[in-house]
Amino acid sequence: MKIHEYQGKQVFAKYGVPVPKGYPAFTVDEAEAAAKKLIAETGNQVVVVKAQIHAGGRGKGGGVKVAKGGAAEARKLAEKILGMQLITHQTGPEGQKVRRLYIEQGLDMVRELYLSALVDRDRRRIAFIASTEGGMEIEEVAAHSPEKILTVHVDPAVGLSAYQARELAFGLSLMQHGKDTVAKFVRLMSSLYEAFVKEDCSLLEINPLAVLRNGDIVALDAKVNFDDNADFRHKIWGDLRDDAEEDPVELEAKSAGLNYVSLDGNVGCLVNGAGLAMATMDIIKHAGESRGVAPANFLDVGGGATQEQVTKAFTMILKSPKVKAIFVNIFGGIMKCDVIALGVVAAAKELGLKVPLVVRLEGTNVELGRKILNDSGLAITAATTMADGAQKIVNAVSGGAR
Amino acid sequence: MSILVGKDTRLIVQGITGGAGSFHAKQMIEYGTRVVAGVTPTRGGETFVHNAPAGTAKVPVFDTVSQAAKATGANATVIFVPPPGAADAILEALDADLDLVVCITEGIAVIDMLGVRRVLEAKQAERRNQGKSIPRLIGPNCPGIITPGECKIGIMPGHIHRPGHIGVVSRSGTLTYEAVGQLTALGIGQSTGIGIGGDPVSGMDFVDVLELFENDPNTHGIIMIGEIGGGAEERAAAFIKAKMTKPVAAFIAGVTAPPGKRMGHAGAIISGGQGTAAAKIAALTKAGAKVAPTPSDMASTLQSMMK
Repeated sequence: MKIHEYQGKQVFAKYGVPVPKGYPAFTVDEAEAAAKKLIAETGNQVVVVKAQIHAGGRGKGGGVKVAKGGAAEARKLAEKILGMQLITHQTGPEGQKVRRLYIEQGLDMVRELYLSALVDRDRRRIAFIASTEGGMEIEEVAAHSPEKILTVHVDPAVGLSAYQARELAFGLSLMQHGKDTVAKFVRLMSSLYEAFVKEDCSLLEINPLAVLRNGDIVALDAKVNFDDNADFRHKIWGDLRDDAEEDPVELEAKSAGLNYVSLDGNVGCLVNGAGLAMATMDIIKHAGESRGVAPANFLDVGGGATQEQVTKAFTMILKSPKVKAIFVNIFGGIMKCDVIALGVVAAAKELGLKVPLVVRLEGTNVELGRKILNDSGLAITAATTMADGAQKIVNAVSGGAR
Repeated sequence: MSILVGKDTRLIVQGITGGAGSFHAKQMIEYGTRVVAGVTPTRGGETFVHNAPAGTAKVPVFDTVSQAAKATGANATVIFVPPPGAADAILEALDADLDLVVCITEGIAVIDMLGVRRVLEAKQAERRNQGKSIPRLIGPNCPGIITPGECKIGIMPGHIHRPGHIGVVSRSGTLTYEAVGQLTALGIGQSTGIGIGGDPVSGMDFVDVLELFENDPNTHGIIMIGEIGGGAEERAAAFIKAKMTKPVAAFIAGVTAPPGKRMGHAGAIISGGQGTAAAKIAALTKAGAKVAPTPSDMASTLQSMMK
């Protein structure tokens, strides 16, 4: 789960990670008021107006602007940014509408660094990654100058040790700013580790982490991702979630307990199991790429789906305007084929089936499932294997002619 | 013998009185698995009864795993405990010195699994130093393990399996069934099938399982099913190149998966350009494994290598 920068900074502040002063704003008036308040509090005319969307690369996309002319200029910038369709390398070509702003004090920084914490799944440890190349995409730094990337791994039994934080501090040449800066960095890392563990994060990224002229270290940005699996112990996450940032179809699926990801193609897929669902996408593309046939979605109804969930899933696919054919691919284990069949038939009868439907059923209660489909009177093409199903779907979409 | 489980496996079911636990305990009993104990804290002293076609099974329920292990001589456990308590259930099982812990539960927080992993590694080192067999964790978020005709631990449909000589190892549940179904349809049986699970931090990985299959005289070839995310398939490729003499057919799911999106499994995500299917397929191919072009060709690809 992703949250906004300003929410991430609230998390940081709770654990003692230094952040600039700032206020969120949902309207231009609020933005101007926030700028006035900041200028009064800090005595500094410079404020930064920052678009709050979940995607990265906001600065390059024109979503972060510095106002040096006081609150009036901040207002003008807010007018420009609020409501704009912000396009970054992470939003896709359609961009993301800016609905919230964060107004932040300007700071006098001398260096921009990079610092993040994440779960290194191959080492099975939390890793801290630091670099002197703040403000750049860390993937780019890793690709072009891997020697500039510093990493430490934390033993969960003892937590982050001070020497590990010092190792990164010296690696980042923080001694040039004085030994107080080294100590501040060590404290910041310790706070960050505590936040990571206690808040069940999957990623904490500060890019840039600024060294100020006075030697202070401040998180100028905050990217905080939570581990969805831990939501049972964080009731507050419900308040931090911003549904406007999510794909509405994926959101609808999630609330029904389904795993759904929208894709660009034209074949709706209903599958049980994440691996089989991915493999189904793959085989459709394999069979149909040369004929313009590709999957429209990833959909895993899961192992224990009810008939209602299957109906919901099939309804979502039927409603999608881009879907030109539907492939139901089930290998029943815990999931029983008859439950799938009943759900599919219920949805198809309710909404009408206007596109070709290819069904491949295998596994638990397969005979019963096939009988329900046969007796339904729906125009269903049965497939014997995944490959057979994929071929039939491709023929259905592209008219059968090569 | 096959690997890890067989006729001598004596199984505890943690969470046996819950919905999933009781349903699958019955299924496992009907398959022929020796379910010797159940554990549900505060329900110790009860008896779990199942009127199976082959006769009525009466399984004693205990409050703790160590009580269950001591009283019944169990050497393996399967966990159906909901996510908030599942990591604790694994730790309890490891502390009871069981040889095999299989965790089916999906949705355990990754921070909890980092701690579990740390304890597992310490426990394995301790047992290795004592010259004893090392404890293994399979999962979480997995279908379990089966030696066809002998022992089924988990939630896979038993009836699609046939005893034989092909090992199957996979990060995905239903794709394992797909591979097993294809093998059985070709008249090819399986030595052991293992789902290692779809979480980013878990117990056995491909290398651990491949090593056991390589050393198992009853296994003659392997199907390995990976997916996007992480580097487990790349590590497997290195192991195959260095150590494996038996043929390995592979399939990697997610060639068409978009980056940055979690594809169902918590661990199935391409992040920062890492963990793509293309990189995994290239590594496995270079290592001498044969990668099936589509998921429909997993068994036939292995068959072509066995001739």
